[in-house]
Amino acid sequence: MSFLEVLYFIIPSAIFYAAPLILTAIGGVFTERSGVVNIGLEGIMIVGAASSIIFNLTFADQLGNATPWVGLLVAMIFGILLSLILAVAAVSLRADQTVSGVALNMLGLAAAVFTVKMIYDKGQTDAISERFSRFDIPLLSDIPILGKMFFVDVYATSILAFAVAFIAWYVIYKTPFGLRLRSVGEHPMAADTMGVNVSKMRYVAVMISGALGGIGGAVYAQAIAGNFGAATISGQGFMALAAMIFGKWHPLGAMGAALFFGFAQALSVVGGSIPYVQDVPTIFLLILPYVLTILALAGFIGKANAPKASGVPYIKGKR
Amino acid sequence: MSKRAVNILVPLISIILGLVIGAIVMAVSGFNPIDGYVALWNGIFMDSYTMGETIRQITPYIFSGLAVAFAFRTGLFNIGVEGQLIMGWLAAAWVGQAFELPKIIHLPLALLAAAAAGALWAFIPGFLKAKLQVHEVIVTIMLNYTAIHVANALIGVISGGGERTDKVHESASLRAHYLEAMTDYSRLHWGILVALLAVVFMWFLLERTTLGYELKAVGFNKNASEYAGMNVKKNIILAMVISGAFAGLGGAMEALGTFENISKLHAATGIGFDGIAVALLGANQPFGVLLGAILFGALKNGGLNMPSEAGIPTEIVSIVIALIIFFIASGYIIRVALERFGKKRKEEK
Repeated sequence: MSFLEVLYFIIPSAIFYAAPLILTAIGGVFTERSGVVNIGLEGIMIVGAASSIIFNLTFADQLGNATPWVGLLVAMIFGILLSLILAVAAVSLRADQTVSGVALNMLGLAAAVFTVKMIYDKGQTDAISERFSRFDIPLLSDIPILGKMFFVDVYATSILAFAVAFIAWYVIYKTPFGLRLRSVGEHPMAADTMGVNVSKMRYVAVMISGALGGIGGAVYAQAIAGNFGAATISGQGFMALAAMIFGKWHPLGAMGAALFFGFAQALSVVGGSIPYVQDVPTIFLLILPYVLTILALAGFIGKANAPKASGVPYIKGKR
Repeated sequence: MSKRAVNILVPLISIILGLVIGAIVMAVSGFNPIDGYVALWNGIFMDSYTMGETIRQITPYIFSGLAVAFAFRTGLFNIGVEGQLIMGWLAAAWVGQAFELPKIIHLPLALLAAAAAGALWAFIPGFLKAKLQVHEVIVTIMLNYTAIHVANALIGVISGGGERTDKVHESASLRAHYLEAMTDYSRLHWGILVALLAVVFMWFLLERTTLGYELKAVGFNKNASEYAGMNVKKNIILAMVISGAFAGLGGAMEALGTFENISKLHAATGIGFDGIAVALLGANQPFGVLLGAILFGALKNGGLNMPSEAGIPTEIVSIVIALIIFFIASGYIIRVALERFGKKRKEEK
């Protein structure tokens, strides 16, 4: 395998594995920008993955090709529902956000496995028949070298992920809504004085993260895993969280970081068929995504500039 | 209502709310909640065997709860108890089967190895937090997954390519024929005594020593502690290391008592994550942790009986535990409700 062939092989896989991370990380950007820490992204992804797979298995006969796409919508709705629990606890009830996020993860996993066991009488579902399909992008795929790297065998979900990242950038930096969102995360009291409804903004932001996290989980389940079990989502939500921090709370930065983590995940899965890499013991490839996440946080991030009010419940009238 | 009464009522109300919503979930899913909770009760108290198993389950929960609580008291959130526990489990299992020594040396050595392995695994996030200001939450989570893969690889090496390590030697085992015979041959072992000692140890360390005072001070206010001449960085690392040692000992309970070996893991054990619930319920106090561990250990063990006796997936117990965490974390609203209730009663008088 020549170097170019390796690139043809690894770049599409990296993008493939990055798509769910990008979507979920963007969701994280929205909540943290509004001042709510969402550790519960993992649980939201799990529920998104489970609901889309159950929907897919049940309705594949009726809906055919469209099943995975409707599955995304179903996952989005369940993601929003789960995130509402966090919103109520963290915004209205002033709960510790990290702790309630951890509880959300436990709840998401337990509820998903509970439902799967209830419906199928076993801990893991069968494989779905209708997956996301790949296609070549016309014209662009004919570009020499680059065409084969980026535009052949593309998943529509990857395009969706990139599109969401750019839309998020526009919304957060170029619209009044985005300005208000950032202001409640930086200085909620000032925003409140100017007539911005802090609680409402934070609710909306948490629900956006629920929607995107749910979609992210559904993309992972219906494009990569193909079924659902307790270990289907194993740390992807936390990786998305790390991508958000690594990307300095900026949608496009988060996208870039998610691509990097996607690359690490791809390498741990397909590394066995790449020359030189296949000589490395499997254990190192398996721990690579996690170790790279730690190194990324430790080494390259510099002084992190988190939104100032992130993680602090806003209490009206409190100095 | 006095503050003390409120502090006791908040967890109690949270437990009740958790169980009530758990019952609603069962009812909505088409199960009979009464059958479910009867099965849960029987899974905890039915006979001496189940009671022995319940105590056995409580043992590692005490350690994981202490580990999380100790970190909380020193201003750190250690979600990595899971990974530290796995490393401790592995270390104890290896020491237990690799050496042949008299019991008086072998058993303490195996326990010490587990504590050291857990401490070492917790040293990484502590060091990164102290020296580079990296937030410990994500690092510890990533180390959990790393621990599973590393442990699986090392189990393969130790057992020569097998799925599990050999049983630990009699000289390193916590198993006790006396306890087993008393509880109809459950897997109850001496670990519960070690766990109770650990509870007292944590209380003593935090409340009666200078070191404990410093650790708590750094947790309260870093700047003030630094100004008072304490070494903040050293204390952060030390806090993580001690927390990790508790977690590692929790792993030793499984390695030397319950299973007497370690098998390859497909997913997290859950003991570490439930430790967060245990610590929160116990308000991060050593004796509170003991109560929390008794409740959640009992729930977890009783839940195993639910699929066979009532046909309900055992995950319902995890749902209830997660809900209880939510309610305790949202204690503010319960406090407000209690205060209003208390005021009304006063006015009526």
